[in-house]
Amino acid sequence: MLKTTGVPDKALILTRFPDDVILGKPKAITECYEPIPCNPCETSCPFEAITVGEDINTPPKVDFDKCTGCGICVYNCPGLAIIVAQLKNDKAYFKIPYEFIPMPEVGETVHAINRAGEIIGEAKIEKVTLRKKQDKTALIDVSTNTELIHEFVTIRRMR
Amino acid sequence: MKHVDLLIIGGGPSGLAAAKMAAESGVSSLIIERDTKVGGQLVKQTHMFFGSEKQYAKTRGINIAEILINDCKEHDDKISYMTETTVVGLYPDYVVTVMDRNHKYSKIKANTILVATGASEKVLAFENNDLPGIYGAGAVQTLMNVHGVLPGQDVVMVGSGNIGLIVSYQLMQAGVNVKRVIEAASVIGGYKVHASKLKRLGVEITTNMTVKSAQGNGALESIVVQKLDDDWQFIPGTEEEISVDALCISVGLSPLSNLLSMVGCEMKYVSALGGNVPVIDHSHETTVPNIFVAGDVCGVEEASSAIVEGYYVGLIIGNRLGKTHPHYERLIQDFTQQLDNLRSGPFGEKTRSGLAQLRGEQHA
Repeated sequence: MLKTTGVPDKALILTRFPDDVILGKPKAITECYEPIPCNPCETSCPFEAITVGEDINTPPKVDFDKCTGCGICVYNCPGLAIIVAQLKNDKAYFKIPYEFIPMPEVGETVHAINRAGEIIGEAKIEKVTLRKKQDKTALIDVSTNTELIHEFVTIRRMR
Repeated sequence: MKHVDLLIIGGGPSGLAAAKMAAESGVSSLIIERDTKVGGQLVKQTHMFFGSEKQYAKTRGINIAEILINDCKEHDDKISYMTETTVVGLYPDYVVTVMDRNHKYSKIKANTILVATGASEKVLAFENNDLPGIYGAGAVQTLMNVHGVLPGQDVVMVGSGNIGLIVSYQLMQAGVNVKRVIEAASVIGGYKVHASKLKRLGVEITTNMTVKSAQGNGALESIVVQKLDDDWQFIPGTEEEISVDALCISVGLSPLSNLLSMVGCEMKYVSALGGNVPVIDHSHETTVPNIFVAGDVCGVEEASSAIVEGYYVGLIIGNRLGKTHPHYERLIQDFTQQLDNLRSGPFGEKTRSGLAQLRGEQHA
């Protein structure tokens, strides 16, 4: 239960995912389930794909026709509550926000982590982007098994 | 005796914002700050802020402090500062007494006074709560993010409001092991996005639980936590010992409103606003004419609201002193709307009901 543990229920998570066909292209998954006063996802999106609206307490809604999966919202979300997901070549690809040092390296194998913080498999670091405009929140491209498409949320380095 | 148009007590977000708007209106101000530099609690906030662009959303708190400080620098001719200086008295003849960094006392007289003193952390009563290693969460944030000192290696956080959740995340970023976040209420207090962020890192959040006692020989070594029922009573037999070398208490803030009581402002205890707050009208003026308030001192909220309140009150004070901002009407409307917007969701409910109670209005 999100309210007592911080972990959203599966049914709730699925409300933010488009179907697997749409996920053939990368799409933003906005895991912002409760009304809080915040709208940088909407204002940072260059494609006007995310709508919050006049009342900034309204949770965001993604127009998957417009979303290109660029990942700009991922590092602009103050709650680090957005990831980009894609199903391609029998793999699941994600773009996730990351704010820990040392940063993982490209090619590194890391733990795949679910929303409860549990290890659910392995993932591979595909790309690490940290430009000045990202203001210290790195964008990490990572690949893992397709079965983890609705489970994977972040990585943990193996030490 | 020094004489100023506007004296601002507290150089945090609302004080700086007010100084800027007052300066734009043509009013000179003197900011008194007890810390070594202005910026208030923003200087230790390393996370991105919420809100909308107008309140610098997605900018990290420490950078918002920089923006506000730089904005004030553009009005160097109108804004002056006394840092490492504490206001020790506020009197009905609009005289404040201050103690400066050399422990010298002096008096300053002002035409208008803005009290923007913020809030302080609440404490929790339990056995041995004075052991070294037990901190306020905000204090830990200062220690860690301003001074680069870790509070310990194994930490438990008491309280799951936004401060508790954010400081827990920042402790993890600094390499400290946050063993658990415990929350006495039956639900998580802060934004769920912060809670989910911690959960992903493997940090356990337990509701209906509080700290019962602390143990340690000279410094904290362990704590005993216990489950609470829905009436906040300990459930016997649920004690659990956790070894920690630091404990962070994050159970809310209370307004630093002592100076307002001292000068004779009518005060009211409003629990939803954090404690004893001054009775104010819509211009944020207290019952003592020409003494205004902004920020957490008149109700504990997010820093975003404190900034907007500062801007709003800065305009009003300018107007009161006969110097109206060229865009007064438009800006007042804009800031009012921004505050309404920030407070309109479920998380604003406390502030809305608190303000209604303070103003003696019926709350819907």
